[in-house]
Amino acid sequence: MTIAKKTLLEELRNQLPEHLVAVKQELGETTIVIKAEGMIPVLTLLRDADGLNFSQMSDLCGMDYSEYGDGEWQGKRFAVVYHLLSLVHNQRLRVRIFAEDDDFPVVVSVASVWPSANWYEREAFDLYGIIFTGHPDLRRILTDYGFVGNPFRKDFPLSGHVEMRYDPEQQRVVYQPVTVEPREVTPRIIREANYASK
Amino acid sequence: MPEIKNYTMNFGPQHPAAHGVLRLVLELDGEVIQRADPHIGLLHRATEKLAEHKTFLQSVPYMDRLDYVSMLCNEHAYVQAIEKLAGIDVPVRAQYIRVMFDEITRILNHLMWLGAHGLDIGAMTVFLYCFREREDLMDAYEAVSGARMHAAYYRPGGVYRDMPDTMPQYEASKIHNAAAVKKMNENRQGSLLDFLEDFTRRFPTCVDEYETLLTDNRIWKQRTVDIGIVTPERAVALGMTGPMLRGSGVEWDLRKKRPYAAYDQLDFDIPVGKNGDSYDRYLVRVEEMRQSNRIVKQCITWLRANPGAVMTTNHKFAPPARESMKQNMEELIHHFKLFTEGMHVPAGEAYAAVEHPKGELGIYLVSDGANKPYRLKIRAPGFPHLAALDEMVRGHMIADVVTIIGTQDIVFGEIDR
Repeated sequence: MTIAKKTLLEELRNQLPEHLVAVKQELGETTIVIKAEGMIPVLTLLRDADGLNFSQMSDLCGMDYSEYGDGEWQGKRFAVVYHLLSLVHNQRLRVRIFAEDDDFPVVVSVASVWPSANWYEREAFDLYGIIFTGHPDLRRILTDYGFVGNPFRKDFPLSGHVEMRYDPEQQRVVYQPVTVEPREVTPRIIREANYASK
Repeated sequence: MPEIKNYTMNFGPQHPAAHGVLRLVLELDGEVIQRADPHIGLLHRATEKLAEHKTFLQSVPYMDRLDYVSMLCNEHAYVQAIEKLAGIDVPVRAQYIRVMFDEITRILNHLMWLGAHGLDIGAMTVFLYCFREREDLMDAYEAVSGARMHAAYYRPGGVYRDMPDTMPQYEASKIHNAAAVKKMNENRQGSLLDFLEDFTRRFPTCVDEYETLLTDNRIWKQRTVDIGIVTPERAVALGMTGPMLRGSGVEWDLRKKRPYAAYDQLDFDIPVGKNGDSYDRYLVRVEEMRQSNRIVKQCITWLRANPGAVMTTNHKFAPPARESMKQNMEELIHHFKLFTEGMHVPAGEAYAAVEHPKGELGIYLVSDGANKPYRLKIRAPGFPHLAALDEMVRGHMIADVVTIIGTQDIVFGEIDR
């Protein structure tokens, strides 16, 4: 049983009329933007309501928009993107929630709605420094024990800040500032819209 | 009465049954597990961050290194995401080649899983049997791409090149004399498709052999039946996909439910389990190997009958033929721009998922129109599975942890990324 794209849109507009900040349909994918405030009831509705039934959260990831389009981004810096899957209706939905404060991004944890969010939120916390309030166990997950910083933020250099080596004099492993020069083999370029078109 | 406290034990990261670099902190009451806390990230290479600093084409080989036992499936998700965003039409022949290699990859992955899982819980022979068949499939990888594992064969717009007409031959050496080599080369006389056809004829018997060793084996059943039961509702809520979900009886397979490439043209079945325990997941995976074999057979027939292009002619994304590049100025410019600056993927976002041998592998690609991705998020199937480990092992014995890690088909390349 597959509901058509159009009905998903209608369904969303019916069920959560005042919560949708933006709706977009592109490349056969539906994206909605909702407010961080009061997001839990909305997401619970997406999970439980008939006609939606997004019972699985496939993916959750942090986003840092600060350098999007070489600085043309006007909106909030941090966002959390949820990819939901409805097995009953064979439908996917992308939900984006922007964190209000750029310097201290906070979003409510959805681990109570979808248990799979637990580790994904730890990952977004680790890599982007987004705080998930109400998370049962918000620890770093991918980076090293004692790591400082949020490595996937756009202002974090690719080569990092510290490097590790064995120091024969002290006879232990020491951390020191990185000695590699930052280099870029292919520069990042955004071309104008009609570049190289006939 | 002395006070009895829970005992905390460290499992891994150097434990051979930890399938790589899993560090598990187990809280034990006697031999019964009260809590398991997996520590991951020991293989974290920041693939997603590296991809933001590389052109789209340069990231293809990185995808091989995610789940390093099912290389081409990872690439498939990545190139699909680019193709979706850029609206590239992929030739049908390339779609079939991709499907065929996806299924070869699935067999490769499941053989690796079966061998390692068997070895973990005490069945040595099956490991040797599995690696015997893996060898042939690795040769198929090598024949088509030049690499036995990290193929980098799928490209945005198609596949790198068509399949070869000849298979490489063994040569006589100190170990194998001319007569032995002649026997070894028997099935390598024709093209790659002939070689694979010979494999698909032999393979069902091989699967029967594994099943003879395991399916009704008393020890195997004692180690796997009723271990790590997941109910269908929990499996969905915990984000499980692939054989982990199907083992619990949920019929969900992206190849059927949301067909991509040429899967809607092919005939195959989706095995599902009943009890959601490790034994059911074993049965599901074994049946998946048989079904993959069926798909490979159908692809061989189709590919024989339908020669054609394997790469798109849109030279903004795929390089022009070498010959025309040498003779035509425009093609030369295309070639130069493609390999220096790279392709420009239109601004937007796309999520492309494939039915990876372990579950749903998704690539969430955000582009702002540059020659590099703005954000690339890899939705690795093993990540939510390992997150559910705590729930699955509670109340089981220490030895069952090994079974449950095995049944989850954990590979750290994709979990740590």
